[in-house]
Amino acid sequence: MSKILIVAEHANGQLNNSTAKVLSAAKQMGASAIEVAVFAADPAAIAAQAAQLDGVTRVRAVANAANANALAAVLAPQVAALAADYTHVLGPSTTFGKDLMPCVAALLGEAMVSDIMKVHGAHRFERPIYAGNAIITVECPATRKVIATVRNASFAATGNGASAAPVEAASVNATLPSHTRFIELKAGASDRPDLQSAARVVSGGRAVGSAENFAIIYKLADKLGAGVGASRAAVDAGYAPNDMQVGQTGKIIAPELYVAIGISGAIQHLTGIKDAGTIVAINKDGEAPIFEVADIGLVGDLFKIIPELEQAL
Amino acid sequence: MSDRESMEYDVVTVGAGPAGLAFAIRLKQLKPDIRVCVIEKASTIGAQILSGAVIEPGPLDALLPQWRKAPPPSCVPATHDEFWWLRDKQHATKLPTPPQMHNAGNYIVSLGAMCAWLAPQAEALGVEIYPGFAAAEPLYDAAGAVCGVRIGDMGVAKDGSHKPAYTQGIDIKAPLTVLAEGARGHLTKQLVARYELDRDSDPQCWSIGIKELWQLAPGKGTSGKIVHTVGWPADTRTYGGSFLYHLDGDRVAVGYVVGLDYADPKLMPFELFQQFKHHPHVKPLFEGGKIVSGGARAIVTGGWQSLPRVEMPGAILIGDTAGLLNVPKIKGTHQAMRSAMLAAEHLAASGKAEGFNFVLRNSPVMAELRKVRNIKPGFKKGFWFGMANAGWETVTAGYSPWTLRNKPDYQQTRKLDAYVPPDRQWLDRDLPPRDRLAAVYFSATEHDEDQPVHLHVADTSVCVTRCAQEFGNPCTKFCPAGVYEMIGSGADMRLQINAANCVHCKTCDIKDPYQIINWVTPEGGAGPNYQNL
Amino acid sequence: MKILVAYKRVVDYNVRIQVKPDGSGVVTEGVKLSPNPFDDIALEEALRLREKGVATEVVVATIGPADAQAHLRNGLAMGANRAIHVTTGAPIQPLTAARALLKLVEKEQPQIVILGKQAIDDDCSQTGQMLAALWGRPQATFASKVEITGTVAKVTREVDAGLEVIEVDLPAVITTDLRLNEPRFIKLPDIMKAKSKPLETVTLESLGVESGDHHKVSAYAPPPKRSKGVMVKDVPELVAALKAKGLL
Repeated sequence: MSKILIVAEHANGQLNNSTAKVLSAAKQMGASAIEVAVFAADPAAIAAQAAQLDGVTRVRAVANAANANALAAVLAPQVAALAADYTHVLGPSTTFGKDLMPCVAALLGEAMVSDIMKVHGAHRFERPIYAGNAIITVECPATRKVIATVRNASFAATGNGASAAPVEAASVNATLPSHTRFIELKAGASDRPDLQSAARVVSGGRAVGSAENFAIIYKLADKLGAGVGASRAAVDAGYAPNDMQVGQTGKIIAPELYVAIGISGAIQHLTGIKDAGTIVAINKDGEAPIFEVADIGLVGDLFKIIPELEQAL
Repeated sequence: MSDRESMEYDVVTVGAGPAGLAFAIRLKQLKPDIRVCVIEKASTIGAQILSGAVIEPGPLDALLPQWRKAPPPSCVPATHDEFWWLRDKQHATKLPTPPQMHNAGNYIVSLGAMCAWLAPQAEALGVEIYPGFAAAEPLYDAAGAVCGVRIGDMGVAKDGSHKPAYTQGIDIKAPLTVLAEGARGHLTKQLVARYELDRDSDPQCWSIGIKELWQLAPGKGTSGKIVHTVGWPADTRTYGGSFLYHLDGDRVAVGYVVGLDYADPKLMPFELFQQFKHHPHVKPLFEGGKIVSGGARAIVTGGWQSLPRVEMPGAILIGDTAGLLNVPKIKGTHQAMRSAMLAAEHLAASGKAEGFNFVLRNSPVMAELRKVRNIKPGFKKGFWFGMANAGWETVTAGYSPWTLRNKPDYQQTRKLDAYVPPDRQWLDRDLPPRDRLAAVYFSATEHDEDQPVHLHVADTSVCVTRCAQEFGNPCTKFCPAGVYEMIGSGADMRLQINAANCVHCKTCDIKDPYQIINWVTPEGGAGPNYQNL
Repeated sequence: MKILVAYKRVVDYNVRIQVKPDGSGVVTEGVKLSPNPFDDIALEEALRLREKGVATEVVVATIGPADAQAHLRNGLAMGANRAIHVTTGAPIQPLTAARALLKLVEKEQPQIVILGKQAIDDDCSQTGQMLAALWGRPQATFASKVEITGTVAKVTREVDAGLEVIEVDLPAVITTDLRLNEPRFIKLPDIMKAKSKPLETVTLESLGVESGDHHKVSAYAPPPKRSKGVMVKDVPELVAALKAKGLL
């Protein structure tokens, strides 16, 4: 039976919902216990949130002033020290988890599995390689610890359970380095989520017709709290700047929700969104290739549909 | 002159295709101490080579006698030939294989893979090969002779300004420049005009070849099988036919060739190719398979009558850039390599360009072209006359006392109001690629979008006025990559050039009715990244 | 100060990846190989630090088969002073790469080890971090800006929440993100000069590092094909469908 430790990600006193997704993956690994470790200067509030999640058997709160900001060099020795009791140590495949977990693995003398997208058992996982153009099945030795990150876009977040798990303060015996220091975090330039990492993205294509008209895309995105993207055709026509381009020669993204508006769905664009959770397509042309891959398709005039959709939200 | 950096060689070769590489290899075999470099605009050798291809191994045997001991990958001996006439959209009749299409002793290859295999052998002899560097223009000395080439600048923005990584292209100076650019080379185009190399020959002619490499469902391939078809979907006034070559591992190279002297202003060669794949005699082969890669390239077909003078002060033309392809065989590689070896031998003996024209014109390369010179032009009078004439020319082995003349392809397009297209009998299509944009995906063509557009249209007002009225903007149809689009309507109509889609086939430079499109090299390393084509 | 750049050779990003029909791997025969784009960015950053006078020597290293020499010459042509080729037959996994790099670090004593944040073939994003942990030194991953003052590096990192600035004491490991810089073009004369720059070859075994996979890969498959979903006829149906999926 597996005994799993999940390293929680959090910011500003809030548990990041990636933790709940790692939990969903952990539940498929045949665990007798799934515990969450919270490292913070004052972990109480976050630990309480983690304890609510369905399936968590214990929360270990590690309080230390050095944990005020997540620094891999500071957290890794602490995680490694806790890891002794577990068969699996998991983190999210976010910049937090990607930065931290390989260090944990190396300190434990273990290899690591990045970006688990499917769980076949306690030691058997699928993960993407070549930007998701091939999927491999990885077998970890049953006699060794599994250190891994779990892909956000591949698992739904577990909700809260009926009762809260116990929260215990954990003290960790580890020498913490001083060679790495947090200076500041500059939040994204706009209030809008960054296109590359946004959980939701709304994109406009050439059919939007002009840079002025792109305002309706921005408005809808803001209503949805989404990032904004554009097809190459829209960028070429000057409707959007090129750092908004989604596709083979632009950004390759994997949001949970992708709304493609007035985008035909050329294969080059689809390359950029093939790993999106749900693709919604709105286009006047019912024959557009995007409808062949969209999970939800609506044929119609975007200039009528988008305002109506915005109202309905 | 600027203080541009330069490098010096005894010979600079433009193009690392079969001609360029065979030339360099042969030259080094004869003169091991000579300094020769080959520059190639593609990012790797073979990445922009596209050809059927079934090759005659003779020149390869002469160049590298031991080649069969370590052959290139994707090299399959031809086992049998078939020749079919697709009578209409449903029916096909097997015909006797024409003599020129008997391939016993020949090999089905990926020409791109073969060039990638030749390159290290050239380097082992001391040839310096530089992929990723595009020759942008010839260099001339004070006497007006060619004295090398200038490499294009890298890191130039779309508006012409210099990006932070801007790197000026260097000059490669050499007393001899060998142009091995393939069909419709852009430097060759300039040099032919400058030195009037075509003054005494017919205009050059071309076809477009569009090709895909397919991975068939297991067991469906018949390694070594070669099939050619004529007839549908081309109409009787359009020169068109297909090839289908079975490689190993259930892989098939399939393609369609359309003569660029076609008359229909609305013809889409890409569509002809896709229709061909859907003919009931052809389609079953592709079901359950998938496309691996694809692309397009112009094929030079003017032959004997259109061969320009191949020497000029300081430079020579070899291979398809001169125009040595044997049309009825649809083979140019053996001719290209032979001409390359002749050039190397001439150079090793004489040390200069002068005299190469005579050598080439009095060689078996020219004799082979002369023998078949009347076959392609005969098709101007339609499919039936063309076939009958081809039969006559084959039987008489080119001894006809007459020579049919070639006319420029771009002048053959009829105006919209002067042409009634035949009922083409198109089928519904469901095999990939669905459209040109999907096809472009499989060419893996890549151009930094922030660079000057490499398709120079001299006067875009022609596009929205005369051309729109007279021809309906045929560039939007003949380009196999969907580079040209007319956006908007009425007074707002304008030409949009999606330069990033370009697969460097050169069709637009050839077929544009007003000859205002000039293809130049984009930034070195840009363009298609063909795999095994 | 010496900078060590880990420079991996990978399948070119333009190549259309094909899984072999029997699922035993990805087709790599005849396929174009190139420097990992993120490692090119790493090398560029090292060269800029040298040009600024911060570093004195840039050493480029790769772990790969014998024919990876040409790839290292590419790094030398770009401007590295020296190259180290750690030869090994089969592709290696990140923990092995990190252990091998540690051996090079122990010998070369660089102040900075810089490499790409991930390799575009395996997309693991582990090697830099593992090296830092094994070395006991700091890491600054996903760097979009690097400023060196004396023995301290101030690095701006691209994180999900925005841009994080950290300070690390050298020696340290830096991994590069896309926006750190734009690598320079290689000039033809530099390709010539690279041929005579020093290139040292050493086997993985002689470094005392075992090759062999830590994790077995038991199957390769193409990505799941997306298929047509449902068509809705108006906005209310769309909203209902999104709610049903828990997306609204």
